[in-house]
Amino acid sequence: MKPLLDVKDLKVHFPLANGSSVHAVDGVSFQVNEGDSFGIVGESGSGKSTTAQALMRLVDPVAGSIKLDKHDLGALEGEALRTLRHMLQMVFQDPYSSLNPRLRAGQAVREPLDLMGLGPARGRDKRVDEMFRAVGLHPDAKRLFPHQFSGGQRQRLCIARAMVTEPRLIVCDEPVSALDVAIQAQILNLLKKLQIEKHLTYVFISHDLAVVQHLCTHVAVMYLGEFVETAPTQELFASAKHPYTWSLMAAALSPDDTTPSTDRFTVTGEPPSPINPPKGCRFAGRCPFATDTCRAEKPPVKTFAEGHKVACHYAGELTPPLPELAAHAA
Amino acid sequence: MTETTSAPTAAPEATGPKPAHPALEFLRAFARNQSAIIGLILLALVLGTTFLGPVFYDVDPYSMVDMPFVAPGGEYAPLGTDYLGRDMLAGIIEGGRATLAVGAAAAVISVVIGILIGSLAGYFGGWIDAALMKVTEFFQILPTLLLAMVLVTIFGATLVTITLAIGAVSWPQVARLARAEFMKIRKLDYVQAARTAGARDAYLIFRVILPAALPPLVVAAGLAVGAAILFEAGMSFLGLGDPNTMSWGLIIGQNRNYLLDAWWTVTLPGVAIFITVLAISLVGDGINDALNPKLRRR
Amino acid sequence: MDPVLEITDLKVGVDTGRQVHSVLDGVSLKLTPGKTLGVVGESGCGKSMTALSTMGLLPDRFAVSGGSIKLMGEDLLAAKPARMRELRGNAISMIFQEPMTALNPVLTVERQIAEVVELHQGKTGAEAREIALEMLRAVQIPSPEDRLAAYPHELSGGMRQRVMIAIALACRPKVIIADEPTTALDVTVQAQIFRLLRELQDQTETAIMLITHDLGAVAEMADEVAVLYAGKCVESGPVREILSNPSHPYTRGLMACTPRLRLGAAAASAAEEGLGEIPGMVPPLGRFPKACRFAPRCALADARCHAEAPPVVPTGPDHSALCWHTNKMEQVA
Ligand SMILES: Nc1ncnc2c1ncn2[C@@H]1O[C@H](COP(=O)(O)OP(=O)(O)OP(=O)(O)O)[C@@H](O)[C@H]1O
Ligand SMILES: Nc1ncnc2c1ncn2[C@@H]1O[C@H](COP(=O)(O)OP(=O)(O)OP(=O)(O)O)[C@@H](O)[C@H]1O
Ligand code: SF4
Ligand code: SF4
Ligand SMILES: [Mg+2]
Ligand SMILES: [Mg+2]
Repeated sequence: MKPLLDVKDLKVHFPLANGSSVHAVDGVSFQVNEGDSFGIVGESGSGKSTTAQALMRLVDPVAGSIKLDKHDLGALEGEALRTLRHMLQMVFQDPYSSLNPRLRAGQAVREPLDLMGLGPARGRDKRVDEMFRAVGLHPDAKRLFPHQFSGGQRQRLCIARAMVTEPRLIVCDEPVSALDVAIQAQILNLLKKLQIEKHLTYVFISHDLAVVQHLCTHVAVMYLGEFVETAPTQELFASAKHPYTWSLMAAALSPDDTTPSTDRFTVTGEPPSPINPPKGCRFAGRCPFATDTCRAEKPPVKTFAEGHKVACHYAGELTPPLPELAAHAA
Repeated sequence: MTETTSAPTAAPEATGPKPAHPALEFLRAFARNQSAIIGLILLALVLGTTFLGPVFYDVDPYSMVDMPFVAPGGEYAPLGTDYLGRDMLAGIIEGGRATLAVGAAAAVISVVIGILIGSLAGYFGGWIDAALMKVTEFFQILPTLLLAMVLVTIFGATLVTITLAIGAVSWPQVARLARAEFMKIRKLDYVQAARTAGARDAYLIFRVILPAALPPLVVAAGLAVGAAILFEAGMSFLGLGDPNTMSWGLIIGQNRNYLLDAWWTVTLPGVAIFITVLAISLVGDGINDALNPKLRRR
Repeated sequence: MDPVLEITDLKVGVDTGRQVHSVLDGVSLKLTPGKTLGVVGESGCGKSMTALSTMGLLPDRFAVSGGSIKLMGEDLLAAKPARMRELRGNAISMIFQEPMTALNPVLTVERQIAEVVELHQGKTGAEAREIALEMLRAVQIPSPEDRLAAYPHELSGGMRQRVMIAIALACRPKVIIADEPTTALDVTVQAQIFRLLRELQDQTETAIMLITHDLGAVAEMADEVAVLYAGKCVESGPVREILSNPSHPYTRGLMACTPRLRLGAAAASAAEEGLGEIPGMVPPLGRFPKACRFAPRCALADARCHAEAPPVVPTGPDHSALCWHTNKMEQVA
């Protein structure tokens, strides 16, 4: 099957005043099939949002290709790009800043239809009502302004706005990070329900591994502009092979385990600057397994079972420092 | 697993100590600001005097009513007469209209040019920004008074050319402000969201970003009126005013040689200018503070 | 051991000009030396207000209307402002969620740490500098000598939070209130900060009040837990008890809402796991239900719950919940 979204060697660099540049996204490739949800996890500054914005063509890539269905999204400009926008929509992280404070809820959800001239003008109000119900809001709330909604309700509005054009792909950039656990659960369940009902495809960005495991079919782990490990969800959580993935897994805290994780695997330090990324493995400075080879040479991408790709010199050779993974590997 | 049924008929509007409607909050904050209210009263006084003045004080400002240089409190002229024996009060009332009109019109011109240039520069960035900012800088480093004088000398000293000249030299500040606002707002998520919703550039500039950028620009426009009034006065003082139309600047300019003998001929229109500019800047500051939530919290 | 900080039946209200809304209603908490109390609850439940009441830093229009807050026997609510200033940053200090806004942007790291030491311990010059350096070492900042001269904006989020902790610890306080200290940080950095806090606590016997909405953080750090909902403490007890045997429908709901990471062999069945939900949301101030405040969102709510405020029911050793139906918990989630 041909993938719905095919991204090859995507690079986004932000030039700085002094002539150098921020290598925010530095050569990522991935495919997403129709009906799948592709999760991207990684820490702050790893380039997740920039990847999302490049997919949405809100920033311009310096290299690489983005193909959506049969369209060469990365190469389109101006009006050609604009008329394609109904095919892919986005849900932003902050439900407070992603709604225009001057537009009523109904106008906000209707705006994409008007701007892109989708459907007969008379049918649009009905479509908006439909979307309100689909995301669990009463259509009467259409006349309210964003400041009259709570955070969770605003995120529902944003989801309604993203879905109103019947897009093929929805890019969600940390849609639940700004929300409380209880509201987060409501929104995650809503996204899951809508995906099944409308056969949607998601690119879902998060810094929370548990959330990604819950919602996604595939996961990519991003570090300093690169994907260090990509795999189907079950494969990744059963047998992750990259030390950075391990460190994220070890740092995740579970409410079921009240013993302090003093002897849990931890990495030291913080990610280096994306302005002059290290030339070997970018994780080498923090990786407890790093060798001189790691510091000198870029690790090759090795492929394991069912599309499990790992960029580490020693992938498959190291024993996972997490008991669950080690037990499974044995 | 419970299904979400939280479908509010009306979302809970902010209660308790949360701010009410932004517009109401703005008015409250403005009303709490004493100096802004004083400014507003002064401004009303100035506007009332210049526009309703002729109804109550019906004296021809261009004709001689008494001897020249009669001090204020005289029999025919309550605020004295000028070097031609014309009534000072009538002159100030009559001149106010021209002065305010020049100020307002010049401000409109500078704000329109400023917003146009600033918004394009801030919105598109890149080489468009660089080019437009070069032009702006060029106008900013020119000595503005000199430039305006040159323009007026070439095109003649009429009220229209003076207004155009002032407008043409005072837009760069507005342009810089508009550019900064556009750069800030352009990056906001909801602007990006509108772009992904299929908005064209013109829609984004005029329907999405401009309304959000307007409040500080309105304040800037107000201050531009004050600046333009001072500018007009300055030019008239140097003898570059329109000699056929009474304005505060012109009164000062024509009487400046007699400052020591008849202080009131220069001082009184000066006071009028001072009060007007002060009132405008107080009101402008008041609006600015009320719009700025950080200051408002204090 | 005797509690170092004891909050009893704390009531806080906010004056909207028209009426006074209840913000906290009868919150009681205890902090023991060397132990951590986790305070959990959704946004707007009053966690920060509890902390700010204790620090004597309630925002305008908020006021304590009842109860007591005792620090080593001294009633903080009766303390004069001068006395509170003396205690703040000295006997009791606070770590905020956003270190960037809590640090002074125009002062160097050294000045900010030295300032509290000078203020509270009368140390000056070289001595204060020495303490600043020692504190930076204690919070494990790499090359601390070079960092003394740094300004907050020159540091990463994790480093800033370490500096905040250094400032909070500089005077060896008896109590530290940490209001979501790691919410703005990455998980790997959060792990480092938590480890650091625990190590420092072991050395200094400081009592910590850890405010968070993350039950994972509670499980990791806390010894005791208090669950707040709409200004009331709905459940409290030892962490193991609360998390393995939650006795309030709200706590149960929070547990069910939290997605779990399933690693290794457990990953295979993760896909079938659903995520629980608490319908609705925390009511805003002034809209709290009269009887049980959780009733509109509670699966167990019956007529009595809507009519009468529930009592505090003991459900285990040191464990109690504010609910009419503590014996029916198996029916929830
Ligand atoms: N417009 C920009 N100009 C310069 N640098 C930028 C710009 N946008 C992002 N960056 C930099 O690019 C890198 C990647 O940023 P990005 O926002 O994509 O990270 P992220 O993974 O989404 O992080 P977070 O979890 O904090 O949202 C960061 O170092 C960031 O500082
Ligand atoms: N400065 C303030 N002015 C007015 N109301 C406030 C202020 N700060 C908090 N509130 C209100 O007081 C109530 C309790 O707030 P509090 O900050 O204690 O919540 P919290 O549990 O700390 O939530 P969060 O997780 O969002 O920090 C909330 O309803 C909140 O809206
Ligand atoms: S390549 Fe080396 S440094 Fe990089 S993750 Fe693998 S072991 Fe660690
Ligand atoms: S008292 Fe009733 S409504 Fe309140 S939490 Fe208990 S069961 Fe639910
Ligand atoms: Mg991001
Ligand atoms: Mg808080």
